[in-house]
Amino acid sequence: MKKLMFVLLAIALGAGIWVAATLKENPVDSTSAVEAVEVSQVTAAGLAVGDIAPDFNLMGVDRKNYSLAGFEDAKGFIVTFTCNHCPFAVMYEDRLIALHNKYAPLGYPVIAINPNDPAAEPADSFEKMIVRAQEKSFPFVYLFDEGQKVYPQYGAERTPHIFLLDNTRKVRYIGAIDDNARDASLVTTKYVENAIDALQRGEEPDPSFTKAIGCTIKFL
Amino acid sequence: MQLWSTLLLGGIVLSSCQGQDSSNGIQAEAIVREAAPPIPIYDSFDQIASLFNKQNDTTYLINFWATWCKPCVEEMPYIERLHEDFAGKKLSVVLVSLDFPDQIESKLIPFVQQRQLRSSVIALTDGNYNAWIDRVDPAWGGAIPVTLIYNAEKRVFIDRQFSDYEALKSVVDSFF
Repeated sequence: MKKLMFVLLAIALGAGIWVAATLKENPVDSTSAVEAVEVSQVTAAGLAVGDIAPDFNLMGVDRKNYSLAGFEDAKGFIVTFTCNHCPFAVMYEDRLIALHNKYAPLGYPVIAINPNDPAAEPADSFEKMIVRAQEKSFPFVYLFDEGQKVYPQYGAERTPHIFLLDNTRKVRYIGAIDDNARDASLVTTKYVENAIDALQRGEEPDPSFTKAIGCTIKFL
Repeated sequence: MQLWSTLLLGGIVLSSCQGQDSSNGIQAEAIVREAAPPIPIYDSFDQIASLFNKQNDTTYLINFWATWCKPCVEEMPYIERLHEDFAGKKLSVVLVSLDFPDQIESKLIPFVQQRQLRSSVIALTDGNYNAWIDRVDPAWGGAIPVTLIYNAEKRVFIDRQFSDYEALKSVVDSFF
């Protein structure tokens, strides 16, 4: 047992030195955390909560064109800038499907839009959108922002990036779907669901803005 | 501080030993060495929070990246090149990988070994990004790569990919 303890101590010491070397002799501790600062309520450019979102006319993976005005019975829209290639977009695919299946019957369909330039990210071509939509049996429309004209008007910056609109196309929530991209089982706050539930009760979503975690939108 | 990290790591090594044959120290050692990750992995931002707020004469360059992030991998050679131009200067470069927990063994470690990176690499697997990215900088939009360069007097946060080496070097130059 003494021998074991000695070996373990030796390992621990060796490992400790190695960690210290890794961090350039400034091993980390948790004694001086930087204080969080309040998040800006608007995206860098484009829409802020309260603005009226522009409509569009984009082709979906079924090769039909869609505009928001065409959804006559909608109470609102879960406009989601997303794509094929981004790991965060992929991690949210099943949750996006669940979101649509839960809220489309209540009048809030998911409107997925791929904003990426396939010249910059070949995995996000229109043809590959069709393949992915079939593989995952997307129940929502999956539109291609050809020429990248729509996402700058919205101020989308990442995939996935949510803009929740009401039936007047007024922006009621911007940001992430929930607070744990990586693991749906660890989610503690479902931002989009809470926001829609608030609208259903005639209340303002709170928060109405979060940071959307994901990949940058690709352009050349 | 060094003692603290020694003790902390000792604790991890000890706990990872549980269940091994404790009657044979040599065997336990061999198993532990094999299982020990070559990259420190932190599952909570709190564990590395002080890395972003050091007050000494060193300049810190901290780059957030992941093997799945194409622009991150593109700019990494620029960061590595700093070790040549700033050799002998008090510049500490830390690459904080945000690779997902299930890809550390399969993607991150082989990547780091193949590239023989000169910068320190640590992995942060804290998935509640909204809770901690503002603590690095409130201007962090929510994507990578981002790079924080700071010393006791100055702090620059870059929320985008460096277009070339000169773009990176000119920022680092401004600290010396």
